[in-house]
Amino acid sequence: MNDKNGSFMKSKRRLIDNILWIGLIAVLAALIFIPGAIGKSTHTHVLVLVLLYASMAQSWNILGGYCGQISFGHSVFFGLGAYGAGMAMVTYGSMPWLGILAGAIIAAVTSVLLGWPCFKLRGHYFAIATFAIVEIFGRVFLIWDWIGGALGLDYPIIKDSWSYFLWSSNKTGYYTGALVLFVFIFGVVRYIESRKLGYYMRAVKEGQETAESLGVNSTKVKLTAMALSAFLAALCGAFFAQYNYRVDPPMVMSLDMSMKFVLITILGGMGTFWGPFLGAAVLIPLQEYTRTSLAFLGPGVDQMVYGLLIIFMMVRQPKGIMGFLAEFGILGRNEKKEATGDDAS
Amino acid sequence: MTLLDVHGLTMKFGSLVANREVSFSVDEGQIVGLIGPNGSGKTTLFNCVSGLYKPIAGRVVFNGKDITSKPVHEIAQLGLTRTFQIVKPLSDMTVLENVMVGAYLRYPDREAAREEALKCVKLCYLEEFRDRLAGDMTIGNKKRLEVARILATNPKMILLDESVAGLTSTEAKEMVALIVKLREEGRTILMVEHIMEAIMPISDKIVVLSSGSKIAEGRPEEIASDERVISAYLGEKYAKRFAHSGGGVGHE
Amino acid sequence: MDFFVQVLIDGLMNGAIYGLVAAGLSLIWGVMDVINFAHGEFLMVAMYTCYWIGMLVGLDPLFSWVLTGAFLFFLSAGSYKFIVRRSIGKAAMAPLLATFGLSIFLKNFCLNRFTPNFRLLSGTSLEGKVTHIFGAIVSQPKLVTAIFSLVMLCVLHYMIKKTRIGRAIQATAMDREAAELMGVDTERIFTLVFGIGGMCVGIAGGFMTSYLAVFPEVGALFSLIAFVVVALGGFGSIPGALCAALLIGLVESFAGFYIAPVMKYVAVFALYLAVVLVRPKGLFGW
Repeated sequence: MNDKNGSFMKSKRRLIDNILWIGLIAVLAALIFIPGAIGKSTHTHVLVLVLLYASMAQSWNILGGYCGQISFGHSVFFGLGAYGAGMAMVTYGSMPWLGILAGAIIAAVTSVLLGWPCFKLRGHYFAIATFAIVEIFGRVFLIWDWIGGALGLDYPIIKDSWSYFLWSSNKTGYYTGALVLFVFIFGVVRYIESRKLGYYMRAVKEGQETAESLGVNSTKVKLTAMALSAFLAALCGAFFAQYNYRVDPPMVMSLDMSMKFVLITILGGMGTFWGPFLGAAVLIPLQEYTRTSLAFLGPGVDQMVYGLLIIFMMVRQPKGIMGFLAEFGILGRNEKKEATGDDAS
Repeated sequence: MTLLDVHGLTMKFGSLVANREVSFSVDEGQIVGLIGPNGSGKTTLFNCVSGLYKPIAGRVVFNGKDITSKPVHEIAQLGLTRTFQIVKPLSDMTVLENVMVGAYLRYPDREAAREEALKCVKLCYLEEFRDRLAGDMTIGNKKRLEVARILATNPKMILLDESVAGLTSTEAKEMVALIVKLREEGRTILMVEHIMEAIMPISDKIVVLSSGSKIAEGRPEEIASDERVISAYLGEKYAKRFAHSGGGVGHE
Repeated sequence: MDFFVQVLIDGLMNGAIYGLVAAGLSLIWGVMDVINFAHGEFLMVAMYTCYWIGMLVGLDPLFSWVLTGAFLFFLSAGSYKFIVRRSIGKAAMAPLLATFGLSIFLKNFCLNRFTPNFRLLSGTSLEGKVTHIFGAIVSQPKLVTAIFSLVMLCVLHYMIKKTRIGRAIQATAMDREAAELMGVDTERIFTLVFGIGGMCVGIAGGFMTSYLAVFPEVGALFSLIAFVVVALGGFGSIPGALCAALLIGLVESFAGFYIAPVMKYVAVFALYLAVVLVRPKGLFGW
C-alpha cells in the first residue's frame, strides 16, 4: 500500500509539474498575440527582465544548485557572451549570431580551464577564488582596447529587425527572444534533470565519495556542469547586451552581477526546477516597483529592500520560496513529510 | 581463479603504519572475511583496495589488471565497488534515485537504469521505501541501501564494510541471507565484520589483521582455533562457542 | 632608487592597514568558519561614524577611533546575534549570503542618507603633514594608521594567546563541543569574536578617515582584499594575516608602479589564485 501510494504521489507530482510547465509557456506565449499585452509599456520591460534573470539563475542552478558547486564567478561567462554579441555587432559590424555562438563557446572553454584547478579548492577557498576571477576579468577588460576598454561597445543605430535582434520602438521582439531563451534553458534543465547527467550531478553534490564509489567521475561531472552552465549564462549575457544596446565591463563582469545569479536562485530554491523562475518572478517586480513607488524616500531604497529580503530569506528559509511552498505541502519535493507519515502507519 | 590479489600492501599515515605488507587473494565466487581488533587497519585496507587511498608500497591486482592507485571511479567501472562503514546515503535523493545513480553506470538509458534499479531495490527488501528520502531512513535500511546501490553497478566483486554491525538481529539475519544470495548470483565478496556469528558461517576464507599486519589466513574453523587469532582478537570464549555450535548463525 | 623606497614604504604601510582590516575577518573565519561579507561595509560605517564625529563634535580621528571601535563592536556583535547566528547551519553559504544582504543594506542605507559623494574630513591635526624616510615622502596620517595597526595586531595576538578569554576562543575554534564540555559558553564566545572582528575594522576605519575619503562603496574593495589576505594567511592566524597582508600590500604597490596602476589589483588577485592552486589552504594554512 505504501509502495503504491509513494509512486502514485511521485508520478502525480511529475504530471502536475509538466502541466504547470506547459501551461506557463502557453500563457507567456499567448501574451505575444494579445494586442496591447506586450509592447512599449514598463510592464513588458519587467516581464523581459523576469524571463532573462530566471534564465540566468537557471543556468547558474545547473552548477550551483544541482551539482553543489557554489560559484560567484558567473558574471565572467555572462560578460563573455555579452562581449561576443557586442564584438560582432560593433567591431565587425555584422549580425550578432556568430558572435553569440563564439562568446558562448569561449565561455564554456574558459569555465573548464578555470574550473579544472579551482574544483580542488574547498568551501570558502573556492568561493574566494571565484570572486578573484571576477575581479581579474573585470579589470583586464577595462584596459583591453581591442574589446573597447572602459568605454565599452556602443551599438550603432540599426533598423529594428530580427536578423540583428535589435528593436528600439517596440519590445515585442525582445519579449519573444527572452521567452525563447527562457524555454530553451529551462528545457535543457528539465531534460537533464531526469537523466544520467542530472542524477550524477546531484550525487556529486550529496556525497562526492559515494558518487565516486559508484563509478561517477566527479571531476568530469563537475566540469560538464560548469561548461553547460557557462555556455547558457553566456547566451543570457548576449541577450543582455542586445537589450541594452551596449556592453561595458562593470555592467556585466561585476561581483554584483555574479551575486544576482546566486541570489535569485537561492531566493527561489536551489537545486529545484522552479526555484530560478520563482526567484526572478518575485524579486524583479519587487525591485522594479519599489524603485518607482519608494522613489520619494531617496536613492537606494529598492536595494535596501533587496538586502533585507536576502537577510530574511537566509534567516528564515534558506531553501527559498520552494522551501516555503514545501512547508505548506505545495509543489516540489516534500518526501520528508510523507516519510514521517508512513512511519506512523 | 584469483579475482583480487593484494600483494605486499603497505600504508602509512605520517609515522603510523596502518597496513604492513599485507598479502592475500580472493578467488572468484568466494566470500572472504576480513577480521581483526579495532584499529588493526581493516578499513584502511579497504580504502587502499577501493582506490580512496594510495598505498605507499605494494600492488592490488583485480581481474588481471593492476588497479593500484587508480581513482575510485575507475575501479568501480572495472567492477569492484564498496560500501561504507559509516553509511553515506545521498540524503536529499530518494532511495530509488540513490540506486539509479549506481544503475546509470551500466545503463545510460533512463528507462533501463530505472528497471535495473527497481530490481536491486527489490532484492534488498527496500521496495516499500523506494520513494523516501534516503536521509530519513533507519540505519538498517540505510545499510541495505548501500548494498542495493552498489549492486546496481553490476559489480564482479563487492567490498562490504561492516554491513551487519549495528543492525537488529532480524535485520542482521536478512543481511547475511542477502550476502549469501549475492554469492549465488556469482558475485565475489570481501567483507569486514566484527560480528563473528555473521561472518564465520558464510565465509570460505578468513583473513585476520592485527596492528596492520596479517597474522592468519585460512578456513573459518582453522581461524577459530588458531592460537594467535584467539589471543589477538577472538578470545577464549568465542573459540569455545564456535566449536560447540559448529558455526551456526544467531546465538543471541 | 628613490622610487623603489617610496613604493616599498607605501606597500608596507598599506599592508599593515590591510592586516588590521583583515584580522577581524580572519578571527571570525577561524573560530566559526563563517565569512562575514559585510566586513567592508563595517569599515565604511566606521569611517562615516568617525567622519560625522569629526564634523559635528570636532573630535580628531586620532581620538575618535575609540568611539568607532566601540560602536562597531556592538554593531558587529548585534549582526551576529540577529542575523548570522540564525543562518548558521541552515544551508551552504547561508551566513555568507545573509551578510551579503546586510552589506547591500548598509551600503544603500549610507547612500540614501549621506549621498554617493566622497567626503574627506578636513581640519584634522595631521592633515597634509609628511615625513621623509630614506628620501621617500610619507603621509603622516597614513604612517600613524599603519603603525597603530601593527600595535593593535600585537595586542590582539597577545590577547588570543595569553589571556583567559583568548584561550577560550582558541578552544572554541579547535573543537566547539569539547570547549562546551569544559564549561566554555561558546555562544558568548561567538558573539564576542564577532564583536572583536567589528572592533578591529572599526578602529582601522576610524584612523583611515584621517587620510581617505569616505563614500558608500569604499568598503567593497577592502573586503575583497581582506578575503584574499585571510585565505592566504590561513584563517584564524593573526601573524599569518599580517604576513599575507604585507605581501599583498607590496604586490599591489609594486605592480601598480612598475606595471600599470590599473593592474595592481589584477596582480593581487592573480597572486591569490596562483598561491591557492599550489597550496589549497593558503600560504600559512595547514
